This record gives sequence, structure tokens and C-alpha cells, in this order.
Amino acid sequence: MPSVMLRKRDDGKLLFYVAKKDLEETVESIEFDTEEKWGGEVVLGDDSRYYFEPMSPPPVIPITLRAKRI
Amino acid sequence: MSALTKEETEALIQEVLEVYPEKAKKDRAKHLAVNDQSLEKSNKCITSNRKSLPGVMTIRGCAYAGSKGVVWGPIKDMIHISHGPVGCGQYSRAGRRNYYVGTTGINTFGTMNFTSDFQEKDIVFGGDKKLAKLIDEIEVLFPLNKGISIQSECPIGLIGDDIEAVAKQKKKEHGKTVVPVRCEGFRGVSQSLGHHIANDAVRDWVLDPAAEKETAYEASPYDVAVIGDYNIGGDAWASRTLLEDMGLNVVAQWSGDGTIAEIENTSKVKLNLIHCYRSMNYISRHMEEKYGIPWIEYNFFGPTKIAESLRAIAAHFDDKIKEGAERVIEKYKAEYDEVIAKYKPRLQGKRVMLYVGGLRPRHVIGAYEDLGMEVVGTGYEFGHNDDYDRTIKEMGNATLLYDDVTGYEFEEFVKKVQPDLIGSGIKEKYIFQKMGVPFRQMHSWDYSGLYHGYDGFAIFARDMDMTINNPCWKSIKAPWKQEVANDVAVAASA
Repeated sequence: MPSVMLRKRDDGKLLFYVAKKDLEETVESIEFDTEEKWGGEVVLGDDSRYYFEPMSPPPVIPITLRAKRI
Repeated sequence: MSALTKEETEALIQEVLEVYPEKAKKDRAKHLAVNDQSLEKSNKCITSNRKSLPGVMTIRGCAYAGSKGVVWGPIKDMIHISHGPVGCGQYSRAGRRNYYVGTTGINTFGTMNFTSDFQEKDIVFGGDKKLAKLIDEIEVLFPLNKGISIQSECPIGLIGDDIEAVAKQKKKEHGKTVVPVRCEGFRGVSQSLGHHIANDAVRDWVLDPAAEKETAYEASPYDVAVIGDYNIGGDAWASRTLLEDMGLNVVAQWSGDGTIAEIENTSKVKLNLIHCYRSMNYISRHMEEKYGIPWIEYNFFGPTKIAESLRAIAAHFDDKIKEGAERVIEKYKAEYDEVIAKYKPRLQGKRVMLYVGGLRPRHVIGAYEDLGMEVVGTGYEFGHNDDYDRTIKEMGNATLLYDDVTGYEFEEFVKKVQPDLIGSGIKEKYIFQKMGVPFRQMHSWDYSGLYHGYDGFAIFARDMDMTINNPCWKSIKAPWKQEVANDVAVAASA
């Protein structure tokens, strides 16, 4: 369960950063990304997958969240 | 020698790796790569931030070096105690030339060495009492200090001293910030973890507690903080001048010529400007998350990159600052055009290999290119993947990338690539000079500088010129050896 720092890049894409793992990747897709529900499975630029507990309302980014590796 | 093709560079890497035993070869192969600009992510071609192999000569430092030497050391009005045996502090004292304004020993303490000088009995019975006594002594002898940081050396972690308890108690007693930093040298694979630990200590013991306090500081919409500029040879002053010229208000300098009060005020700024991404991105990410302060990376080496950076910074502000940026670029144009006109003809086409740490392996490329030079190889001592991500685009195709390069590999690369200039550290300097290759020590600008900003560029150009075009390189071959060559030529023609 790594702590993931999420921030918006200039071009609007989400950046997924895990300090401990030295991992900085773009988020390519996210399962739920609506006004009511946010989270679920995310796919990163290197094809690895992580899972965020879906939350509502969506979090204010930048934020640090727990993610599960799938 | 003309530029290598991709295949030739790959063959060169294979050739250099040939002497290693099988296991070491496999490991080192991951750290050497041929640059390919089409790659989006560096982890496809290069591995970084891994433990160095035992038995190879590497040039890395330790976590203590990263915390005391890099991040904390330059904060001038604090006293940084090297807690542990005397050597770590004494042999690194004042070596980095972080310039500052102030009277050393009265209100600033940058070049002094404070240590608890551990003896056998402190290892056996613990050093907390000694540390407490040391802090009391400091308060008597140097009452104008604004705070104390305790930089742990290896034994502190090994014997399990509770420096946090001492820090809390002394903070209460003296009413000053006392920061325990758990930067024991054995942590991590290089100084890089020391930067991270130091950033976390700043966050937990200085920045966040101060953000809750009311400050007398008057906010303006143009407040920025310069982060990761260590004022080597006066670098941060040149950067600050440019930013102030364009109308920005520089609230804090992290940490070259910086003070603890500046750091405490940083949580109120509007934008964080990051020069050394490697050592201070952690705190910037934290400030973005907690205080909503955006951050951008900038590069103040060479006029092309400076102009790019000034415009990028200005884009975060209103038209007044945007005009300010253009005005600054215009103001210095005559100056840097003259520098380029003078030195470019003398340096055109020269090839450079770099091997340094932090931000320089990618940041100075632009400055060399402004002088018509070409960087044919670069590498980081302690970079991470995100550093290489940022490097790939800066470097030409088919150039060499080497991570945590060993002494042997670096020498072999130089023999084969035959660059006209090498920029690296003091440990490499004399090897390459004896090999007859011009060399600049790029950690602290070879005791010259500053190199940041337009003012720094003029000095940078002069230094590169006087190194490469120094007449001594023509005398590198012993005269009798040259005679022989002539004699043979004469004999052959006869």
C-alpha cells in the first residue's frame, strides 16, 4: 500500500508519484472520474495498475492517497 | 574524432564492460545507455539510484553529506552540529563555497565546524548528555544563532541515541528551533536519501510548525521562493537579481545565503521556483499539497535557457511580470551577445563529457550549446529515474548516458570518445589532467563562479575558454618524444 502523491501536470494529466519507489508516472486512465465518484483502478504510463478506494466527492488535487498495487 | 553513431556507442559500452566478471557486468550494463530522444521514460534504457557494487571506484557521498553538506549547511544563521566523531564535519567544512553575507562566528556560522567529537566513552555510554551540554555551550558562546540543527553521523543511529528527546527539551529551554536530523551516513545508497531526510526534517520541524504561527510578513501577489540554489560562488545572488529585476519579490532562498526566518515564511509564497530538482523536489511537493503553492523547475545556465525560464516563470503571473521578463532579457542582450561573439569562435565544435550530481548533468547543457559546444556524454552520481527522464530530451541522440559511473568506466569512455573538455569532480580532476584532457571541476565551479544568470554566463564562458585553449595542453607530450616522431618522419622522407 504505497503512499501516492497525485498532482496535475501542466497539460492536465495526472502525475502519480511514489517517493519511496522513485516512481513518477502519468496516469493514463482512471476507472471512475466523475463529479460523484472518483477512484478505482488506474493504469499508469508503464502499464502498471493501482487501485484507489473510490471516494465521493472527488479529492482536491494535489493530494497524497493510499493506493493498492494490482 | 567525429560523433559516434548509435551502434558505435553501444559497441563502446560493450567493450568497456568486457573486463568485469559476469555478475558485475550484468549489473553495470543496466547503468550505461545510449541516449535515444524518442524514449518517453528513462527506465526503458537506464537504471539509477541503486547500490554501488563493492569493489568499484564510485564517486558518491553519504546521507550525512546530502543533509549537512547540501541542504542544511548553507542556512547561515543556524548552527549545524555534526553529531558524532570529529572527521565527518571537519573534512567537509566550508568545502562547498556556499557564500553568504554576515559576520562569521557572530550572526552567521556557515564556514564553521561544530561537532560533538565522539570518544569511545560516548559510544559506550551514549552521547545524549554530551549533546545537551554542547547545545548549552553554543547558547553561551554564540547567543545570536537563530536555531540549531543536529546532523547525525553514523554512530548515532548505531548506538540508538535519542536526539529527538534532547532537541525537544532544549527547544523548550532556550526557546529556539532545534532540529534533529536522522541523516546517518549509512542510510540509503547515496547522498540522495540525505536530501530527502533533510527535506522531511525541514518540513516537520521548521516549515509546518511556523506555518501555524502568525507572522509579521506582508504578502504581495509577486512572492516567490528560490528553492535548491545553494549560492555556490554567489550563484543565488545572480538568480535573485534577475527575478527581482522582472518585478518578483524573492521571499526566501533555499538554502544558499538563506536564513531560518526565510524558510518559515515560505509557506506564504505564491510560486516555488526549483533549481536543483533532485535535492528539494520533496519539500516543493509537500508545499504544493499542503499550502497549494505550485512549483516549476527553471534553469539559469546560459542565455537560451535563462530566457526560456524567465518566460515560463512570468507565465504564472500577470502582464506586469511578463513585460518585466522581456525587459530583463532585453537589458542583458548586449552583454551576453558580446560574450558569445567573443568566445564562440574559440569554443565552436568542442565536445564535452560531464559527470556530476544534482541538476548540472542536464542544466549546463544549454550553456555549452550557447557557446557552440556539444555535450557528448553525461551522467549523475546519485540521480533517480525522474532526473534521467528530464535528461533524455536535453541530450543529442546516440550520446552516452552513464549512471554512478565507476572510475574505470569513465576513464575508458574518455579514452575512446576523446572529448575536448571534461566537467566532473575533484576526485577525477587530476587523473584526466594527467591524461592530457582539459578538465573543469563542476561541483563548485573549480573555485571560480558564479555560473548562474547572465553574469555567471560570462564567467562560465571565460572559464571554459581558458581551460580548453590553455597553452599547457600543447606541452603535454615530453619534448624528446616529439623529437623522435620528427626524426622518424625525417628518416622516412630521406
